[in-house]
Amino acid sequence: MFDTAVIGGGVVGCLIARELSRTRLKVAVLEGAADVAMKGASAANSGIAHAGFDPEPGTLMAALNVEGSARMPALCAELHVPFVRNGSLVLGRAGEEGALQALCERGKINGAEVSLIGRAGLEELRPGISPAFTAALWAPKGGIVCPYQLTIAAMGNAMDNGAELFTDFRVVRVVREGKGFVLEAEDGRTVRCRTAVNAAGIHADEVSALFGAEKIGLTPRKGEYLLLEKGICRPGDPTLFTLPDERGKGVLVSPTADGNLILGPTAQDSADKEDTATTAEGLRKVREKALEMVPDLPLNRVITSFCGVRAVPAGGDFVLGLSKIVPGLVQAAGIQSPGLTSSPAIAAFVRARLGELGLDVAERPDFRPERPSVHDFGSLPEERKNEIIRRDPAFGRMVCRCEHISEGEILAVLRQNPRPTTLDGIKRRTRAGMGRCQGGFCSPLAAELLSRYLGVPLEEITLKGKGSELLAGTTGKGAKAPKGGAR
Amino acid sequence: MREAELVVIGGGPAGLAAAVSAAEQGVRDILVLDRNPFLGGILQQCIHNGFGLHRFGEELTGPEYAGREIRRAAEHKIPCLTGTMVTDLSPDRVVTAVNPESGEFRIRAGAVVLAMGCRERPRGALSIPGTRPAGIYTAGTAQRYVNLMGVLPGRRVVILGSGDIGLIMARRMTLEGAKVEAVCELLPYSGGLTRNLVQCLQDFGIPLLLSHTVTGIEGGQRLTAVTVSEVDGNRRPIPGTERRFPCDTLLLSVGLIPENELSKGAGVALDPATGGPVTDQFRQTSVPGVFACGNVLHVHDLVDYVSEEAALCGRSAAAFLRGGIPEGRTLPLRAGAGIRYVLPQKLTLPLTERADLFFRVREPVSGTILRLRAGGRVIREIRKRQMAPGEMERLKLEPGEIGEESELTLELG
Repeated sequence: MFDTAVIGGGVVGCLIARELSRTRLKVAVLEGAADVAMKGASAANSGIAHAGFDPEPGTLMAALNVEGSARMPALCAELHVPFVRNGSLVLGRAGEEGALQALCERGKINGAEVSLIGRAGLEELRPGISPAFTAALWAPKGGIVCPYQLTIAAMGNAMDNGAELFTDFRVVRVVREGKGFVLEAEDGRTVRCRTAVNAAGIHADEVSALFGAEKIGLTPRKGEYLLLEKGICRPGDPTLFTLPDERGKGVLVSPTADGNLILGPTAQDSADKEDTATTAEGLRKVREKALEMVPDLPLNRVITSFCGVRAVPAGGDFVLGLSKIVPGLVQAAGIQSPGLTSSPAIAAFVRARLGELGLDVAERPDFRPERPSVHDFGSLPEERKNEIIRRDPAFGRMVCRCEHISEGEILAVLRQNPRPTTLDGIKRRTRAGMGRCQGGFCSPLAAELLSRYLGVPLEEITLKGKGSELLAGTTGKGAKAPKGGAR
Repeated sequence: MREAELVVIGGGPAGLAAAVSAAEQGVRDILVLDRNPFLGGILQQCIHNGFGLHRFGEELTGPEYAGREIRRAAEHKIPCLTGTMVTDLSPDRVVTAVNPESGEFRIRAGAVVLAMGCRERPRGALSIPGTRPAGIYTAGTAQRYVNLMGVLPGRRVVILGSGDIGLIMARRMTLEGAKVEAVCELLPYSGGLTRNLVQCLQDFGIPLLLSHTVTGIEGGQRLTAVTVSEVDGNRRPIPGTERRFPCDTLLLSVGLIPENELSKGAGVALDPATGGPVTDQFRQTSVPGVFACGNVLHVHDLVDYVSEEAALCGRSAAAFLRGGIPEGRTLPLRAGAGIRYVLPQKLTLPLTERADLFFRVREPVSGTILRLRAGGRVIREIRKRQMAPGEMERLKLEPGEIGEESELTLELG
């Protein structure tokens, strides 16, 4: 029996689990996919820690954004996740000074650090911005963080402190049992819990319905992105926005915490929650909007494109707090942008609500907040690296030539919570395959390591869980067996 | 810090031939570094034949060709460190490398030969819309799976790009029992060798769809289908021409990119047309003592020419170590009308021996005039019957043909 089962292994669910692992509570995270942060908004996200000037004052969103932004640097330091405080610029054209001023006022009300700057200040902060922009809002506390690395690290740290992760566990049935619940997965596995947290992202409406709790209105909104090679932007370059509209903050141009350049997202409402297909139209729009801000972007250095789906709540604000209908259920739904930024604050908020349900949420003395990262290796001085290589020569065997990731680092994440079982899982933990060749050289090597480590044949290794097998069989069977047909 | 007269980065055909040629010129202290656990580079996974016709007068498989180069290096007792990845090259020729035995280490080199080869353009570079399922590979990755690892990437295949690796893999997958539905080529002509078009597609009845590209990718977990569209003269998909091909595999053969990250780090100037370093006839880059050859310099059509270029590069590096490379005036070579690039991009004068100019045309041409001129003075005019972008062309320039000009232009028409 778990004290709390968190449904959903996105950044919100995993940070809640990590927050709860500071207590003596027994915590489970139930994730429908093969890994945390594998699907949904935490997998495909701008990766911005917003300063907090944008949300409507007085909303939960505004308060939690500013609080989350303040918590983010220390959290990332504990979890060894790269975080860069690069600042945010909202660019304004001639005639948009009023709107910038209004945004600035709003930011001040929310408690965000903001100021207005002119063209000269703009050029100093970020050369290369189109001359069409004559002024900007400057928010120095804006930052960048990798959403899936944060999610993975949060889950790992929660597990190191005793939390349990159930993957491929899509909750399809909820049964009340005494004061608690029995949560049943598609394959019949069950998890019993005293309380539950609905952090199911785009599926939070369905999960709420399974509990018989309040109706949550969510609209899937697609956001398409382009990712460019490393080395185009300077590491400290601020994130560039144009003025927000009713559909969100619009297309941004930003360095990522790992040093790539990201462009996007679009904001296209979709009927299908699973629709993460990019479109020619969407990608064209991203290019166009990005070029409006920075005309000389080297778009020939795009290395990948992707699409995320965010859950836009009908009411606009986060749906967060104790269920008014089902005792023992905490809702953490409709967490759209600035959800990533707010997630550390959401986690603390949920912990407090669970306390109100009578759980003992007091800090335990033996909580270990640190989680080492394999990324630490690359930044070590030569002598330290060589000490490690002497002890474990696998750290001297380079697997990913673009990102310089060694076999040792891959084997290290295979031993670290939450353990990856897929090629994407390795990629998102180590960055092997994230570089300019996009895994052309290293993915067969990483697949082989995974196969060896898990003790399963290479043909059973998947890209991202069941049904995504990389291979169709072994060779040498010749042309006689063309069992054609799409799978 | 270790020291070496010559460090060769890359132990594929280019690196090995450069090392051997430098050794033949009397350079004794050579070190070849290769990131793979074996020498021979990408040739080791190219198990088809057709290599070595020019160089050895016979048709070898990739591993056979590599084997000959590896033997020659062994005969010269050239030390080769495999499993050793070079992570940095400084402008003053300090090479940083890492391997399991020595960890991270540095070598101060008298001269460096860049021979890192090239990589394939990935799907992301094309921004093909759609989902991101399993089953999408570059042709070279698929080749590695099939030929080195004994596994089959899929059973029903569409190939985008008719470059040589794409064509070779169409045949290879067919021989392994997969069904190759089509090879799509964005351009109105194939970039592959004619012999590959015949032997890999026509002989197996695999359709080649020219002026077609993939405009859609379906499948949540594994690829289930791709959409193929015809493109117009501006290479834009024509609405209404979409055709859906159910398949579980998409192989991409959409271009090779010289791997010049180390070169960039060392401050080597690159030519946007080749993606490789700017060099003179000695294959010396803009950084003194740093030379380049093979696919890191420009993507070759035949390995035979890689070996030839590498031999020249090795001789030059040896000459540099003896102080025997002239440091005279440079004469830029410009790619004019109809020419995609010329290599070398400049000549260092005086020209004391024949310099071979290598070039590729922008598009297929027939019955055209190839002209080398210096300003208004025509140095050479040759009637060419047929030239295609897929095949590297050569013009032999004799020392006597150069005068006091300030720029040479190679052009068509």
